[in-house]
Amino acid sequence: VKAQKDPTLDRRAVAAEILKDRGDALVVTGLGAPTWDTAAAGDHALNFYTWGGMGGAAMIGLGLALAQPKRRVIVITGDGEMLMGLGSLATIGVQQSRNLALVVMDNEHYGETGMQETHTRHGVHLAGMAKAAGFPVTTTVYTRSELREWAPRIRNDEGPLFATIKVTTDEIPLVLPRRDGTALKHRFREALLGAEEAYR
Amino acid sequence: MRKAATNVASRGEARRKAEPAAASASSAAASWPDRLHAVLRETGINQVAYVPDAGHARLIALARADRDMRAVALTSEEEGVALAVGACLGGDRCVLLTQSSGVGNCINMLGMVVECRVPLLMLVTMRGEWGEFNPWQLPMAQATESVLVAMGAIVHRTDEADDIVQTVSAAARLAFNTSRIVAVLISQRVIGTKEFKK
Repeated sequence: VKAQKDPTLDRRAVAAEILKDRGDALVVTGLGAPTWDTAAAGDHALNFYTWGGMGGAAMIGLGLALAQPKRRVIVITGDGEMLMGLGSLATIGVQQSRNLALVVMDNEHYGETGMQETHTRHGVHLAGMAKAAGFPVTTTVYTRSELREWAPRIRNDEGPLFATIKVTTDEIPLVLPRRDGTALKHRFREALLGAEEAYR
Repeated sequence: MRKAATNVASRGEARRKAEPAAASASSAAASWPDRLHAVLRETGINQVAYVPDAGHARLIALARADRDMRAVALTSEEEGVALAVGACLGGDRCVLLTQSSGVGNCINMLGMVVECRVPLLMLVTMRGEWGEFNPWQLPMAQATESVLVAMGAIVHRTDEADDIVQTVSAAARLAFNTSRIVAVLISQRVIGTKEFKK
């Protein structure tokens, strides 16, 4: 196993930096800590938080990006969730959705099940896999200055874009958003499409 | 690229007005996949998720050639279930074309669709039943209906070519009018049993 740098970034600060100028972006979160991080950055009707469906966050992002090609779609998920849906990198690589950005908060551990190590702790390089799948823009971010450079690119660069952001496993308080899936779907659709279309 | 946030139902209505021949008049002569394509257009389907499949080959080709539909080839079927959630959030309508073995790949992801009341139309071509040669196809095929029902899907089954179009049309209305999972199992008897010629 090759030596790799230890993560130093605080995941809540990362979410806040990416979302502080979100504009009219549509945000999908992967289950567990990325959902809590996004909620902590500020609840928003155009956040779709998943609490399950592990491995599906990137594909939810693709379906949304295809339906709304003029809107930025940002998926914020974790390394464990992304590892469970690696095939979707190939699917998105083929679709080449320019408005889609995938952000993996990579703490190299499964946080929800007791901090067991994931494959990224042992040299698996998610941004490299995305690049090999055809993502034109990929990066792995380790430092605050890299984060300051990449946060606006995550919001604006022509994609599909893939950013792994290495974050620590430091304990942080839970910030739990709403969890009723149907309510989250309705809230999102009403904010995006208007009530008449959302409930027709 | 399609226009953002247009009304899917009115898109379907507009198509019916613009292309009545494609939607209905050609039905009598066309093969069932061609007629299914017309049903999907009438339903306002604009995302077609699939894993390449012999039984769905003609319908997939029609979807790929249709400028109002985005055909999304998947590496595994559960990707299509998650895609349908995103499509719904964005105001699109998604259909998932799968073989019976692919239903097994979808099961956990269907939980999200149930929890979020996302409409999902699944068109399932059956293997592992009528005259099957390959015994490895049987376990998942024989469990397909049970596991779908266990996950809360409404399951329609169709065994004759003349019945497929009506069944899918009803399933599509049920799925999108009531925001439920509706799966249509298309029998191997209609599709034809795969031959293994030496």
